[in-house]
Amino acid sequence: MNTVDYDLVIIGGGPAGLTAGIYASRARLNVLMLEKLVPGGQIIVTDWIENYPGFPEGLPGEGLVEKFIEQAQFFGLKIETGEVVSMDLSGPVKKIALEKTTITARAVIIATGSSPKKLGADKEKDFLGRGISTCATCDAPFFKDSVVAAVGGGDTAVQESLYLTKYVKKIYLIHRRDQLRAVKILQERAFSNNKIEFIWNSVVTGFDGLFNLEKVFVQNVKTGETQQLDVEGCFVWVGIQPNTGFLGNSLKLDDAGFIAVNARMETSAPGVFAAGDVRNTPLRQVATAVGDGAIAATSAAHYIESL
Amino acid sequence: MSNAKEVNDSNFEAEVLKSDKPVLVDFWAPWCGPCKAIAPAIDELAAEYGGQIKITKCNVDENSATPGKYGIKAIPTLLFFKGGDLVDQLRGLVAKNKIDESLKKLL
Repeated sequence: MNTVDYDLVIIGGGPAGLTAGIYASRARLNVLMLEKLVPGGQIIVTDWIENYPGFPEGLPGEGLVEKFIEQAQFFGLKIETGEVVSMDLSGPVKKIALEKTTITARAVIIATGSSPKKLGADKEKDFLGRGISTCATCDAPFFKDSVVAAVGGGDTAVQESLYLTKYVKKIYLIHRRDQLRAVKILQERAFSNNKIEFIWNSVVTGFDGLFNLEKVFVQNVKTGETQQLDVEGCFVWVGIQPNTGFLGNSLKLDDAGFIAVNARMETSAPGVFAAGDVRNTPLRQVATAVGDGAIAATSAAHYIESL
Repeated sequence: MSNAKEVNDSNFEAEVLKSDKPVLVDFWAPWCGPCKAIAPAIDELAAEYGGQIKITKCNVDENSATPGKYGIKAIPTLLFFKGGDLVDQLRGLVAKNKIDESLKKLL
């Protein structure tokens, strides 16, 4: 058998990757986890997680991450910082190119997650960090007693808007449809909160301000009418896109660009698995990512044994 | 103990604007997950650049004048100063090598 650096390389250190790391380490595989920033993924910016079993009182995202990392390292998982530039997944030895070095492995689990989508509105980039934000827990205190806007209608948009109401005077919640997609318990909380004013059937077309954000331009998609909202902040939660830029054409993706896998988390390339938000899953939660990670690591261990 | 020196509203001018070395200021707060996540990288860079660049942190919970002056509306925000002038900035959670690139440009 060819010599390789690792049995298994896990790319991405969110809940899916860390769980895969726990399972692979307990299976005594020689495994490395690569994380481009810091372990944790999207849940680092989640203010409160109350639907992950085992924590009946709920806990902050970063608190849950710390426990995942502690558990993974207890079983000896090696975690390194590095961003994957490209990969060659075609042969039995997988080659993973980082900025300065290339590492080899028999199997790979891709758990790179997804990133918040941008609106694509005028001057959005100019005001990022100058009023436009995607992290309520980080930035809400800067908007104490201010009027802000939020965009989106899913779980994240509604939950984080509710968090914002602890700080701000008023929130305009802008949604392109005439009803929310968020889970019912969050809808009930939002509708009974008098700091939230809903702006239905509307999209954000642009931003303006002298130095920091001062105005958001909103268009009603039914009537075509545009209005201007005077706000100091705008929080954007309009969905996610998969972090797959480094993949090239090496794996089969679904129509939305997420990695296509079967029930064993096997991708179109033998020995390559995907788990969590980056794959074609119907639900993107910590609870589902953890399940994916466990399956992917077990499938990877079976694959390596069969070589 | 962090390698990065704490700066505040009262010593910002002396420690940052009148520093004879280039300065990085990491604006952070205890309640910010990404700020905690970026902290180890800032500490490592403080050790690596020790003599050449002053690496500092400013707690926006305890200081409001300085973050207000620089229009900070999101954290973590990293501001890079040279000769008292703001010459570069990074907003949000960024990788250590990106911070390193910005620091190299200060030398």
